[in-house]
Amino acid sequence: MADFGGDPEAFRAEARTWLEANFPKSLKGKSVSYVEDENPDGADMKAWIDAMGEKGWGVPTWPKAYGGGGLTPAEARVLQSEMNRIGAFNPIGGMGTMMFGPTLLEYGTEAQKQQHIRAIARQEVRWCQGFSEPGAGSDLASLQTKAEDKGDHYLVNGQKVWTSGGQWADMCFCLVRTDNTKKHEGISFLLIDMHDPGVEVRPIQLIAGASPFCETFFTDVKVPKENLVGPLNGGWTIAKRLLQHERNGIGGGGSGGGAAGIFGVGGSPAAMAKSYIGVDDKGRIADSDVRSRVVAHEMDAKAFQLTAFRMMVEAKSNQGPSAATSILKNAGTKVGSDRAELIIEVMGTQGLGWEGEAFKPDELTAVRGWLGGKATTIFGGSFEIQNNIISKRILGLPDPLGPSSN
Amino acid sequence: MAVLTEEQSMLRDAARTWTQEKSPVSAFRKMRDSGAPLGYDPAAFNEMAEMGWTGVIIPEEYGGSDFGYLSLGLVLEELGRTLTASPLLATALASASALILGGTAAQKEAWLPKIASGEAVATLAIEEGPHHAPEKVALAATKSGSGYTLSGKKTFVLEGLGAALLIVSARTSGKPGDKDGITLFLVPGGAKGVTRTALKLADSRGAAIVSFEGVEVGADAVLGEEGKGWDLLEKVLDRARAGLAAEMLGSAIQAFETTLDYLKTRVQFGQVIGSFQALQHRAAKMFTDLELARSCVEAALTAIDNDSPDVPELVSLAKAKVGDTLHLVSNEMVQMHGGIGMTDAHDAGFYLKRARAAEATFGGQAYHRDRYARINGY
Repeated sequence: MADFGGDPEAFRAEARTWLEANFPKSLKGKSVSYVEDENPDGADMKAWIDAMGEKGWGVPTWPKAYGGGGLTPAEARVLQSEMNRIGAFNPIGGMGTMMFGPTLLEYGTEAQKQQHIRAIARQEVRWCQGFSEPGAGSDLASLQTKAEDKGDHYLVNGQKVWTSGGQWADMCFCLVRTDNTKKHEGISFLLIDMHDPGVEVRPIQLIAGASPFCETFFTDVKVPKENLVGPLNGGWTIAKRLLQHERNGIGGGGSGGGAAGIFGVGGSPAAMAKSYIGVDDKGRIADSDVRSRVVAHEMDAKAFQLTAFRMMVEAKSNQGPSAATSILKNAGTKVGSDRAELIIEVMGTQGLGWEGEAFKPDELTAVRGWLGGKATTIFGGSFEIQNNIISKRILGLPDPLGPSSN
Repeated sequence: MAVLTEEQSMLRDAARTWTQEKSPVSAFRKMRDSGAPLGYDPAAFNEMAEMGWTGVIIPEEYGGSDFGYLSLGLVLEELGRTLTASPLLATALASASALILGGTAAQKEAWLPKIASGEAVATLAIEEGPHHAPEKVALAATKSGSGYTLSGKKTFVLEGLGAALLIVSARTSGKPGDKDGITLFLVPGGAKGVTRTALKLADSRGAAIVSFEGVEVGADAVLGEEGKGWDLLEKVLDRARAGLAAEMLGSAIQAFETTLDYLKTRVQFGQVIGSFQALQHRAAKMFTDLELARSCVEAALTAIDNDSPDVPELVSLAKAKVGDTLHLVSNEMVQMHGGIGMTDAHDAGFYLKRARAAEATFGGQAYHRDRYARINGY
């Protein structure tokens, strides 16, 4: 930002003044999730979304020309710290900001960027991801949803699954098959309007109860040709890039929240063990076996935090997420699921409650979080797929499946 | 890798070049085969001193460069890669820290310039049993005239055979296990009544058992305050542990890289064994653990440089995590190499033996997990 001569501290005063003037006090300490929840409502929330959307600060480092904030990474960190200071939060989010926007900025045409990026920056359009299919999970490239060239449009037929927030989405960035004779080179990256005729969304009930995940069915959906991103049959490259952004977000390298916090399993297992199990005469967790495992876990969690922080610092001098984010995804989700398991265990039968008066709200949340958290080592590329990626891309070991798993 | 200053990058590069060219693992093998009495090659240590590595944490007024602990950690990491045996950790890190943190002007003047130049090797003499327990001090220091008489025995004294200066933990009051009543003494290695015996360990380094029989020292031999040595000793040990953790990280990285090379070249069933997913996922876990361990080691060294209050917590985290990682990687190195990894002609055994000795030094994983828990009130 030329106005501030590159000194992020010079930017602090402007950020502080603007936030004080525009952040509604009634929203202090609140937050929004465009992954797990419906769009938020309320006049103050709308005003805050509009103000941040207008300013472009919901996507602070995106270019101003497309509605972003145009800030340097250092200025964006100043903005975040100023928001933290007054209990403010970023009301712009979801898959558009986390995955699709950065990808479109890299691969989209000028017209596509003009059409979609500003709308994401202003939280006007909510996006969902149409990648996985019933027969294409870890082997994503075996997807079968097809898009046929009908001259002035593509005709899309098929089924997607695990469409997070599909029931609330306006648009879907979708992988479709445009050539049956090739695997990876027969996939295209297509943008589909979720309100179009022929699109049907059904929420999925999970082991943890209600979920944001859906099945999405496409039946003779007509998609304009300008909605193709990148070359025809060139969607796999774009998809891989987008998945890097996704892993970065899940592992915690991007936003800092990380998998440990995604599913609402809060609290420290050590503190909970002391309260549910008790302490010995030296004030230690009374069950020595539980204590050993709690301590080992707390140390793993600390090591993960330090690693996420280190990678953030190191990334300042590099460009975008790298293959190294695969480490963060596995390390972060492992810590998160270990934590959830320990919390359930130390709570005893209070950690098994499904519903009812016998349980405190925190206890019920922990149970649902433990079950919901099982998804973290499956989605976004399973734990095993991440290990394949580390083996192949970072360690340079040969691909046991040959080029088909690429 | 932490973001380094230009000077730190240069220091790291110099250490890497020197270890690769002058002190590869074959140099350690040669030293072991020669039965070198001190457990290291004095000529190689002289070269290290000439490059200034013995003065990295020592203030400029005492002949050092005052570059800090992260910088010295970079050197130790490179030494760890090639298993370079040297007194650098014992003298230029542990003992120099003790003098910097607890020494009088006269004590610093007497020893720091000699440590910085490599002329003198100093070491800590603090262990009395098979497990790291720095508060279990029985070695007695009794008042005699204006000074003290030391009687007792220390074991697992690193570089104990050749050290010119021993920094000895002794009991001036209380009983073994008490943190009060511990006093640190500076005792010349050649003092009357000091007997040193080689403690021949699997890692072929220069550890010793040191006996003190009526050793007379003056009042000016007390490092810090009489009876209040515990806090100083903990600070010194945390610095030594963090430096050792850096060395262990280097050993673990090299053990991993050597093993990874083998996975890419060893052919069985008509393909390189690195194409088998069972081995790939174990390699991926090791790589992940190494990245996590590096974060802990760098955080601990940085905290020491910043004199941060969370030094003890971060040091125990680093020593435990890097200990677990080196333990795993050194075992996998032997296992994945198969039969050749069992032979003395291969380097895998060196990494395995050094791993266990380094793990046990200044507290193993169990010690540091418990300490981490105590610090955090678990």
